[in-house]
Order: sequence, then structure tokens, then C-alpha cells
Amino acid sequence: MSQSEQVLSYPIPSREALEPPAEWAELRQGCPVARVTLPSGDEATLLTRYDDVKQVLADPRFTRRLNAPDAARVSDSEDGGLFNSEMAAIIPDSGEGHQRWRRLIGKYFTAKRMAALRPAMAEIAEQLIDDMVKRGRPGDLRADLGFPLPVYVICDLLGVPAADRDRFSYWSDALLNLTKFGKAEVDAARAEFFQYMSEHVAAKRAEPSDDLLSELIKESAAEGEGLTDLELLATGMGLLVAGHETTANMIGKMVSMLLADRTRWERLLADPSLVRTAVEESLRFDANSGFGLPRYLTEETEVSGTVLPRGTTVICSMAAANRDEDVFDGAVDMDLSRSPNPHLAFGSGAHSCIGQSLARTELQVVLEVLLRKLPSLELAVPVEELNRVEGLVVGGLSEVPVRW
Amino acid sequence: MMKVTVDEAKCCGAGQCVLLAPEVFDQREDDGIVVLLEAEPAEGLHAAVREAAAVCPAGAIEAAENA
Repeated sequence: MSQSEQVLSYPIPSREALEPPAEWAELRQGCPVARVTLPSGDEATLLTRYDDVKQVLADPRFTRRLNAPDAARVSDSEDGGLFNSEMAAIIPDSGEGHQRWRRLIGKYFTAKRMAALRPAMAEIAEQLIDDMVKRGRPGDLRADLGFPLPVYVICDLLGVPAADRDRFSYWSDALLNLTKFGKAEVDAARAEFFQYMSEHVAAKRAEPSDDLLSELIKESAAEGEGLTDLELLATGMGLLVAGHETTANMIGKMVSMLLADRTRWERLLADPSLVRTAVEESLRFDANSGFGLPRYLTEETEVSGTVLPRGTTVICSMAAANRDEDVFDGAVDMDLSRSPNPHLAFGSGAHSCIGQSLARTELQVVLEVLLRKLPSLELAVPVEELNRVEGLVVGGLSEVPVRW
Repeated sequence: MMKVTVDEAKCCGAGQCVLLAPEVFDQREDDGIVVLLEAEPAEGLHAAVREAAAVCPAGAIEAAENA
């Protein structure tokens, strides 16, 4: 794109809820390093090719320091919202500090620990589905199953009582929505959330149990080199926000994609061993994954032949990269047995999603339980009538009406 | 035959390898970093190991064939 051409507004709207905007393919083809305008009005550089997105996400020169004075602000709130916030800067973002934090937390999210949570997750899923069935057709799979399940699981992990789950849902929505809330509401939500987590950390210090925060506190005391109170707070807040809205929305989108063409659902009914690869393909195929990941460049670097000056803010569109025909054969088709499937839904490199085993396990369990309990499941509206939630950092559908 | 190597420094603890090939990979209890259980896995495991190497988000697994 030449300088004189119109600069694209980002995020790029899509006419259909489950389909990517036509611009993605055009950008990958003709303008892989594109200038865009963010909701704040600031300019950034958008990457849409698989190789570029993967390279940048794994390159330590592209930092998460979106609070730098010359970094593009993402949202139009004065401080630029979640990505630019002070809280985002508490957890070390690179090098040894980051690795120390990552490894301290990482042990609580291993594949084995997540597998051990399967029976409890399945029980929650069954209960939520029973409740939805009791309320009668049509149900809203987003509100009845997708949203509650991951909140229950992450609240359990962090030792947050069930009675406070709804407050967490609100706070995480307020912190992750770029446009729905005004600055005063976002600030109030952040302050309340901060206050709640401060008290929660203090309570866990006084009376530790067997949840993740308590374990982290015990470790800090024992080794003298664990996390500070502020790091504990930021970790707890980060894990809650990250562990809630992402998977919650993905459950609704995954089921919608599988029911949009019901031969997909039938294929899974006939062969439930495809659940694992079907979950991965849903993650790859999700055209509504949200904002993407912003990065701030600390020194001049070249990407796809374009020199990016120091101080550039780059937006990595993992969803556009996941549709790259140069990497995925038949990228426009949803192939439930695709393997290997090196999609970038969880990012790449040292910062790739720490909760990815948790997310994968939740998605697999939800799908297994749904196939078993509600084999006749179908969308209760034509797919054209599904609507996206606007303004979220994490993409989702506003409602997923289903019958069975 | 196949020779598998892992790079602990690169590993980000995503756990994909353990989900795909638990006979070959594990994660350390104290930090979630990869543990190689079987450097020369049996042929029946090669496909799973290849997939684990392909999808590792940190590029921390190498599977050299005919090594």
C-alpha cells in the first residue's frame, strides 16, 4: 500500500459473523505490512502473513511495552486500555525476569495437571447442559454453557469463591472491551478488581489452601525469591481475565462453526476420536478471534522486506495468519482431521499462551460432553443471523441460539 | 530411526508435546519445562513426535529421522 492510499481502520469489520473480512487475503497477497488506524486514532502496522506473525511474536525486539510514550494507544480511553495499562507492566515482559515468572506459573498449567481437571470440568459441563435443557428450547449456548464454564474453572484454580463469579465476569468484560464502556467505568472496574484481588491475596496469605495463589504464596515465603505482592496481584488478575473471556467466547464460536455446516457435527458424532483435531481446527479457523496481539518495536527491524523504524507499534493478526494458503493446504476449508495444525491462535515463542493446555482441555471436554448429551444439537437461527460482539479484545458471538 | 532432541531454554511449557506423545515427552513438576523420556522412540510413535515438533510454539523440539 503506498503512502497516498487510504489507511485501513483496524479492527477490520466483517459482514458475516463466522467469515473473515475479504481484506485479509488481499493484505497477505499484496500488502503484508500495512498501515492501519486504531480505535484511538493512532497509527500502527498490521501483519497478516503466517511467517511474519510467527517471527514477530517470537522476536524479543518486538516487546509488550505498549506503555512506552510513543507506542500507539489501542483504544480511545485516555490511557489506551488493557494493553497500555500500568498493570500490564508489573509482570516482567522479557529476559530472565519473564522466564522466572513464566516457570513459576507454568508448573500449574502443565498438560498433566490440566488432564487431571477433566472429570471436574465434565461434571460442570453436564450440569450446565442439564440446566439449559431444563429451561427449554431454544437455549443460548453462549450464556448457558460457554460463559459460565471457564469462569467456574479459573475461579476454582485461583480459589475465588463461587459467589463472586459474576463480579469477575463483569470486570473482565470491562477490561477487555475497547469501546463498550467509558473511561470512568473501566477505571472503576479496574479499581474494584484491584481491591478485590488485594484482599483475596491477603486472605490467602493469612489462610492458605490448595489453590494456585496459595501455592505461589507458600513458595514465595519458602524460597524468598517468589513473587512480590504486586506481582501476585497482577498474576491473579491477568490469569482471571485471560482465562475467562477467551475460552468462554471460543466455546460458542467452536460450536457455531461445527453446526453452521451440520455435516461437520455429524462427522464428529460418527467418530468422536476427531475431537482433538476438531478443536485445533476450530482454533485455526476462527475468523473472529479478536484484536490480535500488539507489539512495540525497540529497534529498527525488517519484516517481509519492509523496514520498520524503532518505536513502531505492530499488530499481529493471528487469525489472518491462520488462513495463510502458503502454510495451510485448503486454508479456506474447515478440515476436522487436519494434522499437524501449527496454528497461531495461542501465539508463538516465549510468550505463547500459558493457559493453552487449560483452554484445549476445556474445549475438548465441552465438545465431548455436548456430542454425548445432545447429539441432535443444531443452530436455532440461520447462520447469517449470528452476530459478533463488538469492541472486545477477544472476539465472540453475542448469542448462540441452539435447539436439540 | 528417529533421534529426538529438546531445547529446555527455548521451551515455554505449552504442553502440546505431552498431550500428543506422552510416551516421549513429559513436563518437569517444578516449572513445566519439557522432559525427554525417550530420545529414540519406537516407530509407532514417530507420527506423534513429528506432529509435536511441528506444533511446538517455541520450536523447542527437533526430530531427526534416519539419524
